[in-house]
Amino acid sequence: MSAIAHVDDHAHDDHGHHHKETFITKYIFSQDHKMISKQYLITGLIMGIIGIAMSLLFRMQLAWPDHKFTVYEIFLGKFGEDGVMDPSIYLALVTIHGTIMVFFVLTAGLSGTFSNLLIPLQIGARDMASGFLNMVSYWLFFISSVIMVLSLFAEAGPASAGWTIYPPLSALPQAIGGSGTGMTLWLVSMAIFIASSLLGSLNYVVTVINLRTKGMSMTRMPLTIWAFFVTAIIGIVSFPVLLSAALLLIMDRSFGTSFYLSDIYIQGEVLHNQGGSPVLFEHLFWFLGHPEVYIVLLPALGITSEIIATNARKPIFGYRAMVASILAIAFLSTIVWGHHMFVSGMNPFLGSVFTFTTLLIAIPSAVKAFNYITTLWKGNLQLNPAMLFSIGLVSTFITGGLTGIILGDSTLDINVHDTYFVVAHFHLVMGISALYGLFAGVYHWFPKMFGKMMNKNLGYVHFWVTAIGAYGVFFPMHFIGMAGLPRRYYTNSNFPYFDDLADTNVLITVFALITAAAQLVFLYNFVVSMFYGKKAVQNPWKSNTLEWTTPVEHIHGNWPGAIPNVYRWPYDYSKTKENGEYVIAGQDFVSQITPLQEGEEELHH
Amino acid sequence: MTVFLTIVIIALFGITLWQMSKILKLSQLKNADDSQVANDKDNNMQGKLMLGFVIFIYLLTIFCFVQYHSFFLPESASEHGVDYDQLMFISMVLIMFVQIITQGLLHYFAYKYRGKKGNKALFFADNDKLEFIWTIIPVIVLAGLIIYGLFTWTDIMNIDEEEGDPLIIELYAYQFDWRARYSGEDNVLGKANVRFIEGINTLGIDASDGYSKDDKVTNELHLPVNRKVIFKMRSQDVLHSAYMPFFRAQMNVVPGMITEFAYTPTKTTEEMRNSEFMIEKVATINKIRKEKSKALVAAGDEALETYEFDYYLLCNKICGASHYNMQMKIIVESEEEYQEWLKTQQTFSEQLSAQASN
Repeated sequence: MSAIAHVDDHAHDDHGHHHKETFITKYIFSQDHKMISKQYLITGLIMGIIGIAMSLLFRMQLAWPDHKFTVYEIFLGKFGEDGVMDPSIYLALVTIHGTIMVFFVLTAGLSGTFSNLLIPLQIGARDMASGFLNMVSYWLFFISSVIMVLSLFAEAGPASAGWTIYPPLSALPQAIGGSGTGMTLWLVSMAIFIASSLLGSLNYVVTVINLRTKGMSMTRMPLTIWAFFVTAIIGIVSFPVLLSAALLLIMDRSFGTSFYLSDIYIQGEVLHNQGGSPVLFEHLFWFLGHPEVYIVLLPALGITSEIIATNARKPIFGYRAMVASILAIAFLSTIVWGHHMFVSGMNPFLGSVFTFTTLLIAIPSAVKAFNYITTLWKGNLQLNPAMLFSIGLVSTFITGGLTGIILGDSTLDINVHDTYFVVAHFHLVMGISALYGLFAGVYHWFPKMFGKMMNKNLGYVHFWVTAIGAYGVFFPMHFIGMAGLPRRYYTNSNFPYFDDLADTNVLITVFALITAAAQLVFLYNFVVSMFYGKKAVQNPWKSNTLEWTTPVEHIHGNWPGAIPNVYRWPYDYSKTKENGEYVIAGQDFVSQITPLQEGEEELHH
Repeated sequence: MTVFLTIVIIALFGITLWQMSKILKLSQLKNADDSQVANDKDNNMQGKLMLGFVIFIYLLTIFCFVQYHSFFLPESASEHGVDYDQLMFISMVLIMFVQIITQGLLHYFAYKYRGKKGNKALFFADNDKLEFIWTIIPVIVLAGLIIYGLFTWTDIMNIDEEEGDPLIIELYAYQFDWRARYSGEDNVLGKANVRFIEGINTLGIDASDGYSKDDKVTNELHLPVNRKVIFKMRSQDVLHSAYMPFFRAQMNVVPGMITEFAYTPTKTTEEMRNSEFMIEKVATINKIRKEKSKALVAAGDEALETYEFDYYLLCNKICGASHYNMQMKIIVESEEEYQEWLKTQQTFSEQLSAQASN
């Protein structure tokens, strides 16, 4: 470690006279992790706008299936002629909404943004291990986003086989129009996305292992870093499997192989394919698909841990248990994928095994929830918008997580599988929770990213409308799921039995529209604060972690002088000496760079 | 409705503007706190809102259970469904209990310990005993649930063709409809493959297989009550899923392989129609349909038919543009009625010879 610190000192010597940055190297092909994180954030937000807008379109279709909306005609063109939504474009909207939200917003937009911003800043490094790879990672992400958006304009419609793209539907253009060019573009985009994600993850892992400053032992790392680090590892383990699944699908689609196809008769013709199995695809897909849930969620939980501790003015409760939970969740997440496939035709014995591992994963999740609640207990809570979103996250994480106990039980899954119960469950536990994590992170680190403060009152409005709206959308949704209403239905009016659910669908859509409108408040706040916000002070939240020891103005290399050494863990909030006085008089926090004070003992957490 | 929505959205923008003007005003005040960090006033306000929020969650929960209890499926119409419902009930009670306690604590703490200048937070970094307790409690509870669940699962999924006298039926799925194939007198399904599909033989039954002669292909599913049925499922093109919610039954239908599910129906369609739950449910639905019909007739369309309950099988795996309307009627009836109906159906060999004589 000291050798690295030494090298860094030299890097610092060069600092004053390095070459001048041009507009292109500073803002576009930047290798600076802070700029790259902003690029990730803004790209992610733009994709988020597209993804959420799509959900509004299909929610309107579900609520008022008989009504004609001109907005369909405007946005969907020939698929929305006379204001009537085409059934196949409904499926396309659902598919692309899922893809964009899961991968482009919550994987790249959340983990990409905050891993890039915080890993070097919080471990005391001048930049990522490889600034160049980091830049390549962002630009691959950008290209894949562009291709995904372009796929929306494919002649026969974009990919429409669901975000899980199960073959044969996704393999056969005869089965649905979107499985033609649209699907090809989807696969190309995802392949590039995976490459981007792998480059990013490798960089994060290497940086965390090698570039920690002196004194920053693994047990002194903030929980954010633990979360990003472990997330990167699960990404490296599972994304390549999705890539291979996608490659085999490309082979089946374009080169006549039969990995996933067998005995198919479609449009009056028997296909030559023989011997493949769609279940193989499901296994490969969910081997990524399930860890993906945690790739999305763990960074959000890491961000929340940091924000809750800072704003509660208390150490996070059970630091070691939190780290152990992250590790346990990461490990278990790779052996639970089969719970998506209980009724797929897979051997029922495997179903038993996956039920067992799935319910096991509830244990570390429960520990995390309890630890968050205990962290709030007897705190001095500073209810900043970031803190509200963090508390909101814990709330939706519990609500959504609990229904996981039902879905993870192979028996109970039989009758709620692929109904709206599932939709409600995963939107709360990973969608909304991770989005709250993203918002919390933006409100909290906005001063670090842009040197300005976001407006807190707009933040409060944003939070409360979103919090009520999100529950308003997804809580009633459980009940229509319990009624046996299948997801991915263009309209529910073909089964009269579901007629009495129509009002609830309207209620859900109204909540969705209101909640989406509240996000405009956030966007306004984000953009306006960036330019006209109040100038930030160096450490606005009185936080202990290293990023708040850097100057407000971004500089290349993060710290103007030598990289500070670390002497303590990041959670010494409200720590007192034996006489009951704060360790540093008149200040309820002790930065990680402050050496142990006289009469203070270091606790082994 | 659109008008209502527009109003809501406009109102929301109004609130936004009002908030922003308020901020503007605030920033003009002398010595006003414009740090954008929560101060005592914010903490007080937001803490109270947190308390309000948990009350909102409780009210929403109560509202949903009261208002939507009729959404829950009626008592199971299959034998294993009774165990299913019991396990579901236990799990539901358990998670609602945990939900109410944890949400209460979370938001109450957020309210109770809202920050105030001069307050001191408690430095409380860990406590092994506490952490042990809340690790071990979920371990025990979940172990119980896992064991209970696994026993039920094994009971449901262990399909034994030798035991009793199960009826063997093939469920055949294609874009976008279902067919049922009864195995006939011999109770054995003839071999089949999509490569045999030709003319009237839409299921690709192998005519050279002796077992196939007495098979009967139908587009309604009739089941005798209280006799175990084993479904063998086959797909012609893409993935489908045979979902029979009233029987707590679901299995994907996968091209290239045969998947299975078995259950014993215990309630005839007639019994279900006359159950208290269903009478009330159907009345509600018909009331809604009547209202809708009024609007339709006024617009010059046909009125909706009056709804009468029937069991149904629906597709529950995205399978293409008309996925939303891929259904089949299921009729559970007495053994005699079933036999009578079955007699009226043509066997496969009869169908073939009819085709040949044409």
